[in-house]
Amino acid sequence: MSKIVDLSADALGWVDERLPVVKAFKTHMSEYYAPKNFNFWYYFGVLAMVALAIQIMSGIWLMMFYTPSIELAFDSIEYIMRDVPGGWFIRYMHEVGATFFFLVIYLHIFRALLYGSYQRPRELVWIMGMVIYIALMAEGFFGYVLPWGNMSFWAAKVIISLVGAVPYIGESLQIWVQGDFLISDSILHKFFAFHVMLVPLVIIVVVFVHLVALHQVGSNNPDGVDIKAKKDADGIPLDGIPFHPYYTVHDLVPMVIFMMLFFAAIFFFPDGWGFFLETPNFIEANILNTPEHITPAWYYTPFYAMLRGVTIDFFGVSAKFWGLVVMGAGMMILILLPWLDRSPVKSMRYKGMASKTMLLLFTFSALALGVLGVKPADWAPYWVTPLLTIVYFSYFVFMPIYTSLEKTKPVPDRVTMGAGH
Amino acid sequence: MSGGEKRFELSEADQGRRTLLTGVTALLGAIGGAAWLTPFLKSWQPSAKARAAGAPITVDLTKLKTDQLFKTEWRGKPIYILKRSQEIIANLKGDKDHLRDPESTEEQQPGYAQNDLRSLKPELMVLEGVCTHLGCAPKTRMDDGGEGEFDGFFCPCHGSKFDFAGRVYKGVPAPSNMVVPPYSYKDDGTVVVGVDQEEIG
Repeated sequence: MSKIVDLSADALGWVDERLPVVKAFKTHMSEYYAPKNFNFWYYFGVLAMVALAIQIMSGIWLMMFYTPSIELAFDSIEYIMRDVPGGWFIRYMHEVGATFFFLVIYLHIFRALLYGSYQRPRELVWIMGMVIYIALMAEGFFGYVLPWGNMSFWAAKVIISLVGAVPYIGESLQIWVQGDFLISDSILHKFFAFHVMLVPLVIIVVVFVHLVALHQVGSNNPDGVDIKAKKDADGIPLDGIPFHPYYTVHDLVPMVIFMMLFFAAIFFFPDGWGFFLETPNFIEANILNTPEHITPAWYYTPFYAMLRGVTIDFFGVSAKFWGLVVMGAGMMILILLPWLDRSPVKSMRYKGMASKTMLLLFTFSALALGVLGVKPADWAPYWVTPLLTIVYFSYFVFMPIYTSLEKTKPVPDRVTMGAGH
Repeated sequence: MSGGEKRFELSEADQGRRTLLTGVTALLGAIGGAAWLTPFLKSWQPSAKARAAGAPITVDLTKLKTDQLFKTEWRGKPIYILKRSQEIIANLKGDKDHLRDPESTEEQQPGYAQNDLRSLKPELMVLEGVCTHLGCAPKTRMDDGGEGEFDGFFCPCHGSKFDFAGRVYKGVPAPSNMVVPPYSYKDDGTVVVGVDQEEIG
C-alpha cells in the first residue's frame, strides 16, 4: 500500500517538475479562498459548467449519427430517435440540455445583477460572461436549424431575413451568407460548421478566460464585501474558505438536484410542451408551408417580442431594421452594466429603494416580454410590447442617475451569514 | 504553525465525517454517472437499421447443381454455398496429413458443423468466404492434374489454401479453418444463414 502511495507521489513529482499541476490545483482549488457566505444564487456557475459538459458530450455523440444535408438531415434525426440504441436519450439530453443551460445562465446573470458582481474589479469577468451568453444564443439557434424540421427551416428563414434588413447592402449580404438564392444545403452546412466547431470553440476558450479572470480578482458575495480587505496573519482572507474541499463537496448536492430535474424533463416532458422543441419541428422542412404559429424556443422569446414590437419607421429607416437594432441592443446593453452602475455599494442588500424597484421592474418586463414572445402577435394590445421594451431599457438607461442619487445602507466590514449559520 | 492554516484544520471526528459524506456522495454520483454513460456506450451497438440489414438470409437450393458454387452475402461477408459431389466428399474423407486442423478442434464453426465435412448434410457446404489470414475472399480451384494444383479454395492475396470443407492447409499464412456461419434447413430445399439449426422448428 505504502509502496503504491510512494510511487504515485513520485509520478506526481515527475509531472509537476515539468507541468505545474500542483501549483494550478492550489491556485484554483485548495488555496483559492472563496467567501464563506455563498448562498443559493451561487450554485449556477458550477451548474453552467455541468450543462456545458453535458452539451459537449451529447453533441459529440449526435455528430456520430447526424448527416448535415437537406436530403438526409431530417431522416438522420429520425434514425437517431428510432434506430440508434439509446439515440433518443442522447438527442433529448442535448435538446433538454439547451433549456437547462439557458435556465442556469439566466439565474447566474440575475445573481450578478442582484449582488453587483459585474462591478469593479470584475468588469472583465462580466464581459467574458456576456460574450459566452451571446455565443450561446447563436449556438442554440444554429443547433435548432440542424434537424431540418419545419420550424428549423422557418427559423433559419426569419433570422437570415434579418441580415437582409441591413440598409443598402442587406440583399447582397443575405445572398452571400446563404450562398444561394434560398435557404438551402449551403446554409445548413455553414450552420453545422458553426454549431459543432466555431461557436463551441469560442465558448470553451471564453469560459476558461472567464474563470481565470474570476480567480485573479476573487469571487464577489451576497454582501458585496471585499473579503481581501481583512486578512489573517498568513494573508488569507478572514471570510474566505478554500474552494476545495469546502465548495467542491458543497456543490455536489445542487449538482445531484440539477441532474434529478434534468432527467425528469428528459423522461417525462422532453419537448417541454412545445417550449423547448416546437411541434412543427417533428415534420420535415417544407418551403411552401410556414407553421401556423411561429415562436422561438423560450430562451429567445423576450428578444423576439422586442423584434416584433417595433412597427414604426424612424429617420427614414425601416421598422424591420430598427427591430433588429432593438433586439441586438437588448442583449448587448448588459455589457455596459459595470459603467452604468454608479452605486458605491455592490449588493442589493445595501442599495436603495430605487435600485430595488428598477431591478424588480426589469425582471418583470423581461419575463412579460418572454410571455408575449410565445403568444401570437395580436394576443395583447399593440402598445404592451413597446411599453415593456421601454421599461426593460429604462433599467439600464437611467441606472447612472438612480444609482448615484439614491441613499444606500452602510456596508459591514465583514460578511454576514444568513439564518442557520 | 500559522493561524491561517489552523483555521481550516478539522478535528479527527469532523475529518471522518467529511470523508464519509464525500465518499457517499461521490459513490452515488458515480452510480448516476455510470447510468448516464449507458446511452453513450449503447449507441455504438449496431442500430436497428444495421440489425435489419444483418438479418438472416434464406437461400433456395432447388436450382443448385452438383459442383456448383453459389455466392451470396450476409452481414457484408461473402457466403459460399457448394453442392459437393460424391467424389469431393470421398476426397475430403481421405488423406488429412496436409491439413492444419482436420478435426476442426478450433471453434471456427457451430457445434453441429464440427464433423468430418463441417456441415449439417454431407453434400451441402456453407462457408463464410473469408480467408482467416487477412480477410480476402478465396477463389475456387479444381485439380486438373498439373503441378501444385489442388481441389479447394485458394486465396489470391497471400496464397492460403483450404479444401472444400474450408479446412486450412499446412504451410500457408492462414492460421485456421474458414468460418462456418450459423445456418439451418428450413426444409430440404431451403437453407437459412444466420439462424442456428436448433432455433428452427
